[in-house]
Amino acid sequence: MVRINGKEYELSGETLACYLAVSEYDSRRIAVERNGEIVPKSLYEQTVLKDGDSLEVVTFVGGG
Amino acid sequence: MDTKDTLIIGGHEFQSRFILGSGKYSLKLIEAAVQDASAQIITLAVRRANTREQENILDYIPKGVTLLPNTSGARNAEEAVRIARLARELGCGDFVKIEIMRDTKYLLPDNAETIRATEILAKEGFVVMPYMYPDLNAARDLVNAGAAAVMPLAAPIGSNKGLVAKEFIQILIDEIELPIIVDAGIGRPSQACEAMEMGAAAIMANTALATAGDLPLMASAFRLAIEAGRKAYLSGLGRVLTRGASASDPLTGFLRD
Repeated sequence: MVRINGKEYELSGETLACYLAVSEYDSRRIAVERNGEIVPKSLYEQTVLKDGDSLEVVTFVGGG
Repeated sequence: MDTKDTLIIGGHEFQSRFILGSGKYSLKLIEAAVQDASAQIITLAVRRANTREQENILDYIPKGVTLLPNTSGARNAEEAVRIARLARELGCGDFVKIEIMRDTKYLLPDNAETIRATEILAKEGFVVMPYMYPDLNAARDLVNAGAAAVMPLAAPIGSNKGLVAKEFIQILIDEIELPIIVDAGIGRPSQACEAMEMGAAAIMANTALATAGDLPLMASAFRLAIEAGRKAYLSGLGRVLTRGASASDPLTGFLRD
């Protein structure tokens, strides 16, 4: 299982780029952290999700 | 305002001394708020992204406005550093407002953790603007840690109570070389004006606008108050008599003799 933003998904073996596209994330507006390390956008295509990975997909929202 | 009166933060120059928050109001009001505030810096938060999100706040912020992501949600330095790095990865510059709170009731900033995060992020090249509880010793530590400005709270965040910490903010203004930007708790334009008269470098406001009846109109009121306070500070305030009175009119040439 792969944990993304606190939820578990069956995604091992998929690329990060594929997951983001299927989930309809706008890659210009997000940043991704995998197991505590930032994944640069240039590596989305070659990043293969593994069992036990933990990801955060974040964006800007209104705030003070 | 004299165009030479610029606010310099981390080597970047700004004409506006009003930093605008973007929380707790409609994205559709952001452009009007920025324009009516004449703001050049706007704060943002970083949160988990939703799938299939149709709109993003960045689509609503006018071009040329400097984005100041905050680290809200961070409970310690490590979490703040993590959020700051993610914010930078979002591709909108090196500015970060450090905001670290251990307490959810009063939302008071943790100065010790804020100093630690400032040191780490300044070394990584961030323009670090720490939100802090107004304490001179902590402010000096923030300067030494590489902060680009110091952002003391005026009152509990979101309270609109005004300059509750006035005496301690004045000490920071008097003793710290960096811009002192009064951050949380300012509720009215008159309070923003007073902070600027005291010598604050800028004002950050969010809730005062978000809870106002007409947000863009209040943004405009704050802009005018901040400009008025700045001009008053630059002009040098008139003295206050400890007792008695002093006539403004000539004390000669009366018509009575």
